[in-house]
Amino acid sequence: MFEDFLFRALIAGIGIALVTGPLGCFVVWRRLSFFGDTLAHSALLGVILSVTFDINISLSVFVVSSLVALLLLKLQNTTNLASDSLLGLLSHSSLAIGLVVLGFLSFIRFDIMGVLFGDILSVSVNDLLIIWIGGATILFVLWLIWKPLFAATVNYELAEAEGMNPDRINVIFTILLAALIAISIKMVGLLLITGMLIIPTATARNLSNNPKQMVIFSIIGGLLSVFIGLYTSFEINTASGPTIITVALILFILSLTNTQKKY
Amino acid sequence: MKDNNILVKLSNAGILKDNKWLVRGVNLEIHKGKIVTLIGPNGSGKTTTAKIALGLYKHIEGTVEKFTKKISYVPQKVIIDWTLPVRVSDFMVLTQDLKSDEISYALNLTGVEHLKNNNLRDLSGGEFQRVLLARAIAKRPELLVLDEPVQGVDYSGEVALYALIKKISETLKCGILLISHDLHVVMSATDHVVCLNGHVCCSGNPVDVAQDKNYKELFGEHSSQLLSIYEHDHNHTHSSDGNIVEAKK
Repeated sequence: MFEDFLFRALIAGIGIALVTGPLGCFVVWRRLSFFGDTLAHSALLGVILSVTFDINISLSVFVVSSLVALLLLKLQNTTNLASDSLLGLLSHSSLAIGLVVLGFLSFIRFDIMGVLFGDILSVSVNDLLIIWIGGATILFVLWLIWKPLFAATVNYELAEAEGMNPDRINVIFTILLAALIAISIKMVGLLLITGMLIIPTATARNLSNNPKQMVIFSIIGGLLSVFIGLYTSFEINTASGPTIITVALILFILSLTNTQKKY
Repeated sequence: MKDNNILVKLSNAGILKDNKWLVRGVNLEIHKGKIVTLIGPNGSGKTTTAKIALGLYKHIEGTVEKFTKKISYVPQKVIIDWTLPVRVSDFMVLTQDLKSDEISYALNLTGVEHLKNNNLRDLSGGEFQRVLLARAIAKRPELLVLDEPVQGVDYSGEVALYALIKKISETLKCGILLISHDLHVVMSATDHVVCLNGHVCCSGNPVDVAQDKNYKELFGEHSSQLLSIYEHDHNHTHSSDGNIVEAKK
């Protein structure tokens, strides 16, 4: 069964959707979508390092994205530059450095499209293990920090005053995001992972009235996008990552019919 | 010598931001079962002082010592983003674990039990304040920091909530740091008043502060009379134009 690339892609997609649902909720609640983008862009550097030194792609992406994330947290505390400018600075400079380094490596055959948009054909049994073990770890840690993370999301100072340690929780959450990007880069690609985080979550917001419900709907939305997207991409022969995101968008548009007029 | 009743102690505390002292030289102690009130004009550092007491600033001048971990905080402003669907019952367990009947009991105390399943964003300003206060008292804190807890609450509700706050401090033996603009309530229901204006102008029990020269300068002569409505000890009379005439001893 694992011989079939479509089946492997499906198992990988399910694993990723289970993680992007809950993480995506926090990304949307905390207004971190640009932050997700920045981490994803920095992943290119990680991919290139993995090719150059022949190390595991997920490990290398995880290390580079985590470092960029921690650097960002550090810079936010020490400079007066607005957060979005800082994100743009890190995002595009890490992308640029990645591409410059790539220029030195002309001797290596490198599928840049696969890195940008994901490639289901490349998902091996080994990758499935990384996705499921990594994903389970991410979800377990998220479950552990859920309460303080949620409290800090609602009101940072209130959480800190009442002893929830939001600074430390923030760092852990950021590393979880980097880990998600590391396990999903082969499947979804670095340009589309933020879409996977945000679009099913936005859909879920239109349908839910409490946080737990939103997480569950967000997971369901992600799973549906993976199922329908993979099937469609196989049938009409389109790239799988972009097809999954397009399906997620269609689900979002359908969910809009459920929102009452606000103001 | 350590006083067992002391919850928080600020010694010469101050904070410098962008080369400006937001507040400086604050000495303050909060004791079990006592209400300390911060008053002062806008921008005088009331909220900043409360945040220093809570330990929210990392780099301060002076020291802040906390002797309790059971702290509840009602911030001046809580904004709930539209993307975040939170019901009142979700908000009640934000930093604590509560049983369903404990949630209802606390909401009932502040008169908003019927809103338990409403979304936070659908509440009015006054209702929201009542929920904030209910959440803060639900787990019986030892220290309660209230930053303008009754803003937007209707007048009768305001009186009831201040009575509740007073009752909480007595029954739970909980220390309260209160920021308020309602001078008349503050002056009648408080054990210790600290009048701020970037520094401590004057402090002491309400009767003394009301007679302080600095207090009168900040709030105007008429504010001293507010106290008399409640004290009724007739230490002065009024002349025909309403000015205070000190009673002859």
